[in-house]
Amino acid sequence: MSEAVLNPGLKGVASDFAGEKQAFHVPWGKAMMWIFLLSDTFIFSCFLISYMKVRISTTDPWPLPSEVFALSFGGDPIPLILIAIMTFVLITSSGTMAMAVNMGYRKDRTKTFWLMVATAALGAMFVGMQAFEWTKLIVDEGVRPWGNPMGAAQFGSSFFMITGFHGMHVSAGVIYLLVVAFRVRSGFYEKRGGNYEIVEIAGLYWHFVDLVWVFIFAFFYLW
Amino acid sequence: MASQEGQQHPLSIYFWIWGLLFVVSFFSYMVDYLHLQGNLRWTLILIFMFVKAGFIVAIFMHMKWERLALKLAILLPPIAILVFIGLMAIEGDYTFLTRIEFFGESAMVPESPHH
Repeated sequence: MSEAVLNPGLKGVASDFAGEKQAFHVPWGKAMMWIFLLSDTFIFSCFLISYMKVRISTTDPWPLPSEVFALSFGGDPIPLILIAIMTFVLITSSGTMAMAVNMGYRKDRTKTFWLMVATAALGAMFVGMQAFEWTKLIVDEGVRPWGNPMGAAQFGSSFFMITGFHGMHVSAGVIYLLVVAFRVRSGFYEKRGGNYEIVEIAGLYWHFVDLVWVFIFAFFYLW
Repeated sequence: MASQEGQQHPLSIYFWIWGLLFVVSFFSYMVDYLHLQGNLRWTLILIFMFVKAGFIVAIFMHMKWERLALKLAILLPPIAILVFIGLMAIEGDYTFLTRIEFFGESAMVPESPHH
């Protein structure tokens, strides 16, 4: 790592990438997490693009997400209400995660721990609601990957593929956050020089999961 | 090294963005709740989506404060996805027209209010 002052802007890009030296002036774990998230962006994009393609090309009407995902609490069904609640749960968890990252850098281990546990709990709540949604769709509505009573057969496969892959990411994130949270509490990172970048790196993953949901919500549920 | 102390920012900016994300999410839910249709619906969905995505990446993921080299390395490659979207939209239209051509208009079940 050179001691020279780093240039800003485009000149900085040229000098960062030039020569046999470190290109990204961030901890290596953070650079790797960003590159992993970039690859994940491409995977989710492929799912959403294939969904767009089957939705454009089908000659059957596409089931209306607004009605399919409506839920009734005794009265008239409220459109998309469960999905809206899930969205709010995920945004709340993103906020607690951002706080956890901040507290991590302040080396406040107790607050970091509890904020990460809260984030993981909200994530688990999200997965729970998704399980409820899947059960309702499979058992009550008869949606299958190969067909459904409401319209275009591709609805089921797109839905299960996209939300399933996202739900898997949330589940993995819950485990990842809990592992890091308990290590923060046990003082594991104190033995490694008291460096809490790992909280920010875990946070990057978690915010990415929220980010993907923004796109799924827009394209699958609202479109 | 710029990031030696990590990304430390005042808490107030996170609270602001957190609040804004709730507000924008509420707006995008309202798009559906108020049954907006057509171009207005799609435009609003995309605007709210990009605003939310921008806030999350820029503030929560700290991209705003990273060096330009990292920003470019992460934010430029997704442009390839736009090309892919364009190609598949053309392909989707083609497949749709081919189906109509081969199976006839009878393949079309009576149109629902929106496509």
